[in-house]
Amino acid sequence: MKRFLILVSAFLLLSGCSNNWGWYVVDPTTNTGWTNLKFMASGAYYTIIMSLTAILISVIVGLLVALPGLSTKRGWRMFNRTYVEIVRAVPILVLILWVYYGLPALSGITLNVFWAGVLALALSDSAFQAEIFRAGIQSIARGQYEAAQSISLNYRDTMRYIILPQAIRRILPALGNQLVYMMKMSSLVSVIGLQELTRKANELVVSEYRPLEIYTILVLEYLVLILIVSAGVRWLERRLKASDT
Amino acid sequence: MTIISMRNVSKFFGDFQALKDVSLDVTAGERVVICGPSGSGKSTLIRCINRLETHEAGEIIVDGTTLTDAPAGLEKIRGTVGMVFQQFNLFPHLTVMDNLCLGPRRVLGLSDTEARARAMSHLERVQIPDQADKFPRQLSGGQQQRVAIARSLCMEPRILLFDEPTSALDPEMIAEVLDVMTELASTGITMIVVTHEMGFARRVADRMVFMDKGEIVEIGAPEDVFTAPKSKRFAAFIKQILNH
Repeated sequence: MKRFLILVSAFLLLSGCSNNWGWYVVDPTTNTGWTNLKFMASGAYYTIIMSLTAILISVIVGLLVALPGLSTKRGWRMFNRTYVEIVRAVPILVLILWVYYGLPALSGITLNVFWAGVLALALSDSAFQAEIFRAGIQSIARGQYEAAQSISLNYRDTMRYIILPQAIRRILPALGNQLVYMMKMSSLVSVIGLQELTRKANELVVSEYRPLEIYTILVLEYLVLILIVSAGVRWLERRLKASDT
Repeated sequence: MTIISMRNVSKFFGDFQALKDVSLDVTAGERVVICGPSGSGKSTLIRCINRLETHEAGEIIVDGTTLTDAPAGLEKIRGTVGMVFQQFNLFPHLTVMDNLCLGPRRVLGLSDTEARARAMSHLERVQIPDQADKFPRQLSGGQQQRVAIARSLCMEPRILLFDEPTSALDPEMIAEVLDVMTELASTGITMIVVTHEMGFARRVADRMVFMDKGEIVEIGAPEDVFTAPKSKRFAAFIKQILNH
């Protein structure tokens, strides 16, 4: 990882010597450059808050959709399949546009850009979360259910105390992936005008005419955010593993 | 007093008939050992008693409750019947203490202190009180199975089912589990044990049941059936087991 970062910085420094680059636009030693950088970084607030809110909602919705998928009753399983197949089939960008421009016309509920973005991202991701949870829960051995039954635990307690705690440990890497994915997809919410990282970069490009440098900085911003998330997920995995050895 | 009554019970897995018209009565406090070749239906039989398997025909009455799909009856049965599994089936993410306390707290409504006290007394009974704060994977197989027995006992069942409790154990650990079971047998709890441990059967069982191909082939007091087996199949089975 360290070697990779050195390579990236070396590439940027070397290419910075070429005539095509104009780093002044984001040069922190100049006044304008520093202001521009701060302007770009301020988008991180919405990117982070929106991704975290959306993943929280999508995990809950995903679980609620996954559980009927494991039912012995056909009707419940049908609900699960229908939800997953339909939601999974809609492109995120289309869903964002639909929620922001379509939903108010349909229901009279107008969401601001933030909540429209959160809703669209969460909805889209929930189908994948449902599949992840279903696989995770199905991977728990039958004997665990039987042991829970043999001490009379009801369905709710069996899920809450026995199955889900074990399933979540197993699906944590997949959940981490989804969070990374979510952070990247949140850039699409820029199309409805939310002031997150990509939108800020776009606005700066329009005023400075320096897309190469500004979008390069944007790439680095996402890179840093996602490396932090990955490290956080790995730390959590290690901690959960350590807690039961 | 009859605590378990099975009348003409049949069970199918697809086309395969695992139980064929099985009838068996068990008196409260009785110790019954069930043996038989693999695939003979002995595990299926005891799994029907706490309804981990559903039977298709016949009637099973446990402690006055007829087994049906009705959830209320099911809850009552599971409260009366405990089960010990071949693969222990401990909850790997919980400590030994939490494995034991979960049922008493959530199902019986005991307070944390009461549950822990009860758990501790049963851990002492199976002679591993010092392992209370460990996780299952840190224990040997024999210790894990003793925890599983203690977990069942914490629910204070009237009937305890054992599904090949020593089959997954290394030979040197079988004795410690059988010792605990022998001690239990002296307490008056109704025990139904599926096992191939014939020494244990002779020592502890009030009655031996021999099953083959989904049927009860032979049943009787251990000293009778071992010395004078009535059926050829049981005679052949004992010979195999004792000479292996």
